[in-house]
Amino acid sequence: MSTLVIADHDNQALKGATRNTIAAASRLGSDVVVLVAGSGCQAVAQSAAAVAGVSKVLLADSPHYKDGLPESLADFVVGLAGGGQYGHILASATAFGKSVAPRIAALLDVAQVSEIISVESPDTFVRPIYAGNAFATVQSKDRIKVITVRATGFDAAAANGGTGIVESVAAGPDSGKSALVGRELTKSDRPELTAAKVIVSGGRGMGSAEAFKVLEPLADKLGAAMGASRAAVDAGYVPNDWQVGQTGKIVAPELYFAVGISGAIQHLAGMKDSRVIVAINKDEEAPIFSVADYGIVGDLFQVVPELVKELG
Amino acid sequence: MKVMVPVKRVVDYNVKVRVKSDGTGVETANVKMSMNPFDEIGIEEALRLKEAGSATEVIAVSCGPAACQETLRTALALGADRAILVQTDVELQPLAVAKLLKALVDKEQPKMAIVGKQAIDDDCNQTGQMLSALLGWSQATFASKVKVDGDKLTVTREVDGGLETINITLPAVITTDLRLNEPRYVTLPNIMKAKKKPLETLTPEALGVDVTPRLITLKVAEPPTRKAGIKVPDVKALVDKLKNEAKVIS
Ligand SMILES: Cc1cc2nc3c(=O)[nH]c(=O)nc-3n(C[C@H](O)[C@H](O)[C@H](O)COP(=O)(O)OP(=O)(O)OC[C@H]3O[C@@H](n4cnc5c(N)ncnc54)[C@H](O)[C@@H]3O)c2cc1C
Ligand SMILES: Cc1cc2nc3c(=O)[nH]c(=O)nc-3n(C[C@H](O)[C@H](O)[C@H](O)COP(=O)(O)OP(=O)(O)OC[C@H]3O[C@@H](n4cnc5c(N)ncnc54)[C@H](O)[C@@H]3O)c2cc1C
Repeated sequence: MSTLVIADHDNQALKGATRNTIAAASRLGSDVVVLVAGSGCQAVAQSAAAVAGVSKVLLADSPHYKDGLPESLADFVVGLAGGGQYGHILASATAFGKSVAPRIAALLDVAQVSEIISVESPDTFVRPIYAGNAFATVQSKDRIKVITVRATGFDAAAANGGTGIVESVAAGPDSGKSALVGRELTKSDRPELTAAKVIVSGGRGMGSAEAFKVLEPLADKLGAAMGASRAAVDAGYVPNDWQVGQTGKIVAPELYFAVGISGAIQHLAGMKDSRVIVAINKDEEAPIFSVADYGIVGDLFQVVPELVKELG
Repeated sequence: MKVMVPVKRVVDYNVKVRVKSDGTGVETANVKMSMNPFDEIGIEEALRLKEAGSATEVIAVSCGPAACQETLRTALALGADRAILVQTDVELQPLAVAKLLKALVDKEQPKMAIVGKQAIDDDCNQTGQMLSALLGWSQATFASKVKVDGDKLTVTREVDGGLETINITLPAVITTDLRLNEPRYVTLPNIMKAKKKPLETLTPEALGVDVTPRLITLKVAEPPTRKAGIKVPDVKALVDKLKNEAKVIS
């Protein structure tokens, strides 16, 4: 039996999270096969084949897989896996993976294990529940295990060194159930939030979209991605996809700055696995200080510019 | 068009849960329970569709123990027209919930189901997608805007890199994201009115659905705790610590 990993990509490049999922797949003890379904995505298939631990890449190239729409893709994967040659089907816990994987599980009549952070054995996994306030160890007895993988739980497999082969497979039918109208992607020269080594996040304490910009020089200096609390996003200071937390993005950078963020459990759920946390808050009682390695009590509009200067 | 909105009873988002000492789960006795916040958003969206004339009836449904009636009464007080409880004390997993919801869809024939993107207790983020697949319906997850035009829906979704807009046709399952709307509050007169609205109780057996759990929870443990660090007096001390103690910047 093999393990099937559904690649998350944009037809140009593999999303970083896919390599974390491949790393999780490698712990299951079977061959790792990666499915690259898209349109004009030959280069993605080649780069997937080069990832350490991948034995084969299935390339399904067809216009109706271009936009990662879940209905046709789930039907296709169920067709591929119906013969029983895959004991596990894995996807990254990204917006794409979360949309597709549960459909596959339901059509195969098996449970899905969501957002695993560790593989204990081929049928037993650890996953956080209640915003990460408890870790459940769950066992699946289903014949096929459908799993989404939280990237922060697994170090990414090396991008190079793999010797996988690419095999083209015929696409399935187009369900026609949905169609992409357009995307409004946040443009930024900064690293992607979930892949960044350093993240500078701001909360409601930033006060306005204009004032949020006070964090930019700090992020520039550190080559950091920028994030936010839900309150800052809801208030319209920054785009939706900046939200870190239980219901936003889960991150674990080397260094995380929480600026003007109080530290609600929903926010902590998204960042408390960061290696080093720095909190800047004017309220010395703010709960964020209970998880911060280094805290500064003070007005962020004073502290942040000073910090930028001190960094030289 | 009828709209079905599943509402889940969960531990309130303000409660910091504690793991039971025997490792079988988290403490839910004497803990404040509420409607899953994403389901409040679901109810609100359905009510707005009704107020705009696109929906004719809003049906709230919940699956679980008798206490879920409370959650359904809240949905009725918010403005849902009627409610259905599928009552069971079995631990319900998403596939089982999706099958129960499918049976209710077959029975009630709504053309749209508005499901929460995730329940804040188990954080599974599965049920809506599973329901959509079982029904063979269109799917729009993580919706931040829904526009209805006859049988056509235009949905803006919150995706990893920003926003994405798709067109789907009814029947469809939509899952709610945080910015879809701001739910209204329950008022006292509406709580009184809700008491008179119909609440039907069914069982998984009556719907012909096997809800036996597929996943076995072997144990539930506390996550590793982070030890609180120190407060530093100024940015000079901070930069020194980051460089020389934590060694995260050079
Ligand atoms: C269903 C649900 C899901 C949620 N999901 C998420 C999620 O994924 N992510 C998330 O972040 N939240 C989430 N939340 C919201 C969460 O509960 C909190 O409301 C939110 O995190 C608070 O954001 P905040 O810390 O920026 O704001 P606040 O709690 O208002 O804190 C602002 C902080 O800024 C400080 N401050 C103000 N001015 C200054 C200044 N000049 N200098 C220094 N400090 C200053 C204040 O002391 C305060 O501590 C969710 C809530 C619900 C109900
Ligand atoms: C460790 C552990 C302990 C558990 N203990 C119990 C227990 O003691 N008692 C118990 O009953 N269950 C228990 N469960 C099951 C659990 O509460 C969920 O019902 C199940 O896992 C569904 O996951 P979810 O709600 O996170 O799904 P999600 O897919 O995240 O839910 C998304 C949406 O689906 C809809 N939905 C989900 N469930 C329901 C529902 N029941 N009714 C109506 N709509 C719904 C809602 O719209 C919700 O917003 C336990 C699970 C675990 C892992």
